[in-house]
Amino acid sequence: MTDIINRRDLLKLAGVGVAVFVSGTRARAGSSLQKDTESFYFVQLSDTHWGFNGPNINPDSQGTLKKAVAGVNSLDEQPDFVVFTGDLTQTTDDRKVRRDRMAEFRDIVSHLKVKTVRFMPGEHDASLDRGEAYQEFFGDLHYTFDHNGVHFIVLDNVSDPTAAVGEKQLQWLQSDLKQVSDDARIVVLTHRPLFDLAPDWDWATRDGAAVINTLMTHSNVTVLYGHIHQEHHHMTGHIAHHAAKSLMWALPEPGSAPRKSQIPWNPAEPYKGLGFRNVAARVRQARYEIEEIPVKG
Amino acid sequence: MKRLVIFLVAASDGYLHQQSIIRSTAQDVRRDEQIIRITASSFEFKPSEITVRKGVPVLLELTSKDRHHGFKLAEFHIRVDVKPGVTEDVRFVPNKTGTFTFFCDVFCGDGHEDMSGTITVVE
Repeated sequence: MTDIINRRDLLKLAGVGVAVFVSGTRARAGSSLQKDTESFYFVQLSDTHWGFNGPNINPDSQGTLKKAVAGVNSLDEQPDFVVFTGDLTQTTDDRKVRRDRMAEFRDIVSHLKVKTVRFMPGEHDASLDRGEAYQEFFGDLHYTFDHNGVHFIVLDNVSDPTAAVGEKQLQWLQSDLKQVSDDARIVVLTHRPLFDLAPDWDWATRDGAAVINTLMTHSNVTVLYGHIHQEHHHMTGHIAHHAAKSLMWALPEPGSAPRKSQIPWNPAEPYKGLGFRNVAARVRQARYEIEEIPVKG
Repeated sequence: MKRLVIFLVAASDGYLHQQSIIRSTAQDVRRDEQIIRITASSFEFKPSEITVRKGVPVLLELTSKDRHHGFKLAEFHIRVDVKPGVTEDVRFVPNKTGTFTFFCDVFCGDGHEDMSGTITVVE
């Protein structure tokens, strides 16, 4: 993404007063984040797919996640917390292998200096057993937490293999939203896009429209998600949606080909398209500044 | 094996959704229908390349050999669940020519992303 596009998107998003993102790789991670009493930042990592094996796609499949952990640990100023937005592990039909991968993943991320780490499942983690193994290792499939005046809602749109949130969770969401004011600062963390980004590529949530309609009652909502293995920004009404990069492989732009396929590893540009992001929350202004951090080889 | 007919109705999202299910009989099959039997299994559809004629009704008979799959043909607003032990009949009339992709939209494992096929509509 070029600086010109970044500025254009920055203005577009700033214009609706909901979210601002800053995408750049030259700024040193953590160095530009000004602390004040109502601001904080956290790190989002996504789609680590621990257990994936494909030398043509990522010959460093055993090392990329560890490099990302080291990258987070090297930030000048440590984040308040870290979130993983799903697909922690590569899917498998083998119940034991699934659990082995989750245990290995958990061990690797335990080396983060930051000890507050929030997880959520992706379809690779939870769709084949409806989240049974995931819950053994990482806890609830959907939940909320609050941090410095921001209400975080973790939504599960993967443990149902049809990619639906489901009526029960939707009612839970409606009940939760009644507990906060209409102008509360809300960040939704989920795996799949809640809007129809590219349904033919399985980049959607079956009942995502119902979720968005529910969220529309609140004026300061931002959604952070993964699944599509690339940075992407979209508005549905006043709600901003920001997709994160993967830490295993990159995928092409939405709908750019009849079928999506993993982008092969380019030895001339190793780790291209892989990375994590800092999200700086400016609570008073209800703004979130996103800084993309590439993986360093 | 049970045989089910899925009646599809247009909903607000533009897709045809299951409205009711009844037991099918031989009389349900129209003489001019193009009948395509599709078997889903991890991680493929057989056949995966289908050709039909524009304007001629199509009957898709969908079955699964192993687990819960999905069948989505977005261009014609069709999606159904495909489960073992059940044959689901989906009828539509292709009203445009071209080659259109259908795919499994129920996550079914490591090869799920590759589980797709094409339907080509010719004059």
